[in-house]
Amino acid sequence: MKNRPLALVEYAHEAMKNIAIFGVVIAAGWLSAASAYADSGGTRVPLLPKYAQECSACHVAYPAGFLPAASWQRVMAGLGKHYGTDASLDEASVREISGWLKANAGTYKRVSEEPPENRITKSAWFLRKHREGEVPANVWKRASVGSPANCAACHTNADKGNFNEHEVRIPK
Amino acid sequence: MHTFTWIFRNLALGAVVSTFSAFAATPADLLAGYTAQAASAAQPARGQTFFTSKHGKDWSCASCHSTAPTVQGKHASTGKTIGPLAPAFNPERFTDAGKSEKWFRRNCNDVVGRECTAGEKADVLAWLMTLK
Repeated sequence: MKNRPLALVEYAHEAMKNIAIFGVVIAAGWLSAASAYADSGGTRVPLLPKYAQECSACHVAYPAGFLPAASWQRVMAGLGKHYGTDASLDEASVREISGWLKANAGTYKRVSEEPPENRITKSAWFLRKHREGEVPANVWKRASVGSPANCAACHTNADKGNFNEHEVRIPK
Repeated sequence: MHTFTWIFRNLALGAVVSTFSAFAATPADLLAGYTAQAASAAQPARGQTFFTSKHGKDWSCASCHSTAPTVQGKHASTGKTIGPLAPAFNPERFTDAGKSEKWFRRNCNDVVGRECTAGEKADVLAWLMTLK
């Protein structure tokens, strides 16, 4: 039978090992989240299934982090007149999606500004990243692009929430 | 007998067109529901005309779904690909009454500026079901 002090030392040793492992796991998670942040202008949050189902029926599932909470709230309050179309939903779905958008809305400094018309494409950061020197004006007019809201025309993995500029392919 | 038929029709309609139908339906079930509600037979040719015409606004159904909805369509403003609408070319179509009602409600509002009547829905669905 072990004597009591030795058992305590062993216990403390084991506990420290666990804390160390825990710390490494946390740090790894934090680093990967930080690198995603740098790439896409927002943490890559797994999509709420309801959001994916309802919103990406008509367009790419824009990351929640691309608009501040107040803008999302106005978008969700006006689905009956949603950028020229009726995108109205039942009340339960509106509530579920609104809650998720609010919880995951952009808070990072450049996203905290509320863009005109609640449009991601009118945000200062969006306009800067897509300015003339980066994306020539004629690109937007191509049939294969059509609209700045058509992220997936150039951002090949936009549907996965990946906007890494190394994965941009501008179509003819 | 007549009363019985009337009750039966309305029960069937309630089950099929209920907004939160939890049961898988078939396009034929939905068509039966809309036809019963319209109380007249669906006319596929009239459905095709309705589908491909504008109704005083910018878009027709075909603007997004294409005039031959046996192939993929393209959303007129976002450019997103839309799967074929004809059930023979996309088995998911018209198998969920709630989903069909949701889209009819919104898209008729965009195209016609109001909800579609049961007769209009029956005509369009009947036409889509003729596409093989």
